[in-house]
Amino acid sequence: MTGLYFALLAALTIAAFILGTHRARAVRVRAGYLHSLPTYHGLFIATAVFAAMISVYVFVMPLGSFYARQAALAAMNPAVAADPLQAGAALRDIALITRGAFQGEASEALTSAAAAYAAAGKLAQVVLFGLGLVAGCGVLFALYGRIAPQRRARNLFERLVTYTLLACSAVAVLTTVGIVVSVLFETLRFFTHVSPIQFLFGLQWSPTGNSYGMIPLLVGTLLITLIAILVAGPLGLLSAIYMAEYATPRTRAFAKPLLEILAGIPTVVLGFFAALTVAPIIRSAGSAIGLNVASESAFAAGLVMGMMIIPFVSSLSDDVINAVPQSLRDGSYAMGATKSETIQKVVLPAALPGIVSAFMLAISRAIGETMIVVMAAGLAANLTFNPLTAVTTVTVQIKTLLVGDQEFDSAKTLSAFALGFVLFFFTLALNYIALRIVRKYKEQYD
Amino acid sequence: MTDMAAGTTVGGRSAAAAEAHMAKRYRAERRFRAYGIAALGITAIFLVLLFVDILGKGIPAFVEHRLTLKVTADQTAIDPQKTNDPRIIRTGDFDSLIRDSLRAFFSDVTSRGERKKLASLLSSGAADDFRERVAADPSLIGKEITIQALLSDDADQYLKGQQTDVQVFGGEGSVAVAAARDLFTLSFLPRAPAGLLPGDILRTPGGAYRITQIAGATITAEPIGMSAPLTTDEWDLVRFSVPEGNRRIDDQEALWLEALKSQGLIERGFAWRFLTAGDSREPELAGIRGALFGTILTLLVTLVLCLPIGVAAAIYLEEFAPKNKFTEIIEVNINNLAAVPSIVFGLLGLAMFLNFFGLPRSAPLVGGLVLALLVLPTIIIASRAALRAVPPSIREAALGVGASPQQAVFHHILPLAMPGIMTGTIIGMAHALGETAPLLMIGMVAFIVDVPGGITDAATVLPVQIYLWSDLPETAFQAKTAGAIIILLLFLFVMNAAAILVRRRFERRW
Repeated sequence: MTGLYFALLAALTIAAFILGTHRARAVRVRAGYLHSLPTYHGLFIATAVFAAMISVYVFVMPLGSFYARQAALAAMNPAVAADPLQAGAALRDIALITRGAFQGEASEALTSAAAAYAAAGKLAQVVLFGLGLVAGCGVLFALYGRIAPQRRARNLFERLVTYTLLACSAVAVLTTVGIVVSVLFETLRFFTHVSPIQFLFGLQWSPTGNSYGMIPLLVGTLLITLIAILVAGPLGLLSAIYMAEYATPRTRAFAKPLLEILAGIPTVVLGFFAALTVAPIIRSAGSAIGLNVASESAFAAGLVMGMMIIPFVSSLSDDVINAVPQSLRDGSYAMGATKSETIQKVVLPAALPGIVSAFMLAISRAIGETMIVVMAAGLAANLTFNPLTAVTTVTVQIKTLLVGDQEFDSAKTLSAFALGFVLFFFTLALNYIALRIVRKYKEQYD
Repeated sequence: MTDMAAGTTVGGRSAAAAEAHMAKRYRAERRFRAYGIAALGITAIFLVLLFVDILGKGIPAFVEHRLTLKVTADQTAIDPQKTNDPRIIRTGDFDSLIRDSLRAFFSDVTSRGERKKLASLLSSGAADDFRERVAADPSLIGKEITIQALLSDDADQYLKGQQTDVQVFGGEGSVAVAAARDLFTLSFLPRAPAGLLPGDILRTPGGAYRITQIAGATITAEPIGMSAPLTTDEWDLVRFSVPEGNRRIDDQEALWLEALKSQGLIERGFAWRFLTAGDSREPELAGIRGALFGTILTLLVTLVLCLPIGVAAAIYLEEFAPKNKFTEIIEVNINNLAAVPSIVFGLLGLAMFLNFFGLPRSAPLVGGLVLALLVLPTIIIASRAALRAVPPSIREAALGVGASPQQAVFHHILPLAMPGIMTGTIIGMAHALGETAPLLMIGMVAFIVDVPGGITDAATVLPVQIYLWSDLPETAFQAKTAGAIIILLLFLFVMNAAAILVRRRFERRW
């Protein structure tokens, strides 16, 4: 039925365009003048018909399914209908029966409720179809009659287009609002179970044991991030300096794609590499020198995570080093400094704010990264700074708490949203500060 | 400068000291340069290691071993009522036909345990091809046909040499096997082969014996399977480098496989199954078809949503947006969204799309929605850059001949910016293709064998399949995981190459 509705929608829209264009042409011939091109008259009518029918669908469709559910509940045993859990299960079964996908033998009550549901659904569909047809044709004929030489169809259509474009760019705002609302809402629900103080400062994390202190997760996340930045910081910065200051075009042609390839490797691939290759190597290397390394050590995850963020550090640092004015370098050379002295004493201090922000952005990436730590770091929430033991991170816990879990009211699943909230604001703050630094620094040299 | 001679000072230093100082500075210069090269080198080495490791682990996933068997498609086992109805034929007992055919090679295998062990060399899906062939052509019933039966993952790994190395030494002279109480003693004539080790296996036509102890001239051994005392000059020695306890194929199974191999019955082929089969609990039967289709559906939803919205947003912000507070909020939002961890988008999908709007779990529709929001900033930023790169003279010329601002954009600027937008979109899609975490959140982790029929069916995608397989204990799945990674990287490579191609071919420099 939905398909039929959209077929009708498409047919009416196309018809509106053709009719509108034809009519406008006829008007132009008759009056010898037309403000807008005939196409714009057609486009305006077609858009109006399309918008009217889409809004009918958006408003009537949920009402229809609500009505069908109510009809099914009314046909059910009142005791079942009063209990939300049982009613929900029965409604799912009814939906299956209606689709003919129900496994096993349905009870008589269920079958009759399903019949009521199907009948009400059918009625709702017919009403929807009728309303859509009326709305579409109504708009079509109302606007068709208005086509006149003076009508500013192009301006009307362009205004519609502008609103559409504006709506599309507002999607970004809506997404942010959606993230904040959905995460915040669940977090507040979580705080009715667990006090925020206990959550933020508690030293023990064990959702099964009902203790939700996120400090061990934070320490684990920071430990892995620290290892990652210790790897990526020097490697990324030195590659950036080399690429910006020393590299010949040929070296650049080799090094730039190298870093781009590294940036493009999916993190699930890096996680596989970390868990199945790097971790065993570190483990056996550790035991060769008498160290006891956990098989899911923070070190392995941090090392591969560091490799992942090298491109972030290097490409951003490359940009800021290139942005340092050549006059500063020339001044330094004129004083007799060598190239490396110029870089260390002039270029890097000048580029420092930008490099700091590059590091902050890389850190925010590392904190939010999920797959590498899910595959290579552990689940045990140990409060330790030893990189050879298994630690867990915020993202690992979010994933573990939510994957495969269907119930949505326990403190366990809600705590994942609280963790997501912390993660969101942590990365957002880092990002915001980094961008502020970059902007300020840009103003300095502009 | 002319009076610079020994004894004069440069910067407060003697000339010699100054020269030494200069040399030091130049060394520091070279060292600094070397650090840069080293940093790039380490990154390159890491990348090479990653690819070599993935290829090394993954290429075996594209090879499978099959056993060539002659099987009679027995009427009573397959279709006793002679209906010739494919549906009834498919319920026939093809497995036992194949098992019997395999057993015919090993007449000495009689005990129940050994028969089971022999049958376990075959995959549980070994009869699938046979069954389909007979169902498609019922006239084969009653005839003897040659089929290829898939071997189990353990047997397959053994034949790929992943379980143990095998060495075979030819035997000269004769050997006598004598039973003394429970033990067998071996006497080689004229002398025992040099370098004989405990654990070596003596193969004779009458049975196999594992050497347990070598004490001077007395060599004791235990039989593998059914064996009896005998004297023969037809023998050889087999040595496995990995002890029996450390591999999943034991000595007896290994000897069976060696025997089948020496008869030329084992065939090595490209594992099309890996590309054409759905997921399975059995590593040798598992394939990525379902995940591939899930990926395609999910990416289609993503593309359909984020390309128009992204381009529209870019056009608005670049061409029509007034300079006001709201525009600024939108711009800040887009930049921030680009930095939000992907798992948070998963939380959004879970709370909003699944719980609030009640969309189906695990569906490509929801996955596509979440990925669309995730890559939207990328596409908007790339499209804005492409629009900005079109010179203002184009717009001015269009406005000059009487076009409205929208006509100038849609008729002139947008077509010229299209190559840049396409490049950005392909790169955004490549990002979406590799994303895993948000899809885990919305439940695309289900075990799905079938190809999803639509965007609301449960499905999984390639990166999630990789994650799921990497978690499984069977070592054969490790190869499958790496194989799936190779396919994923191949797709990414093709997409990025396409982006570069579009850029090279269509992008204009002004």
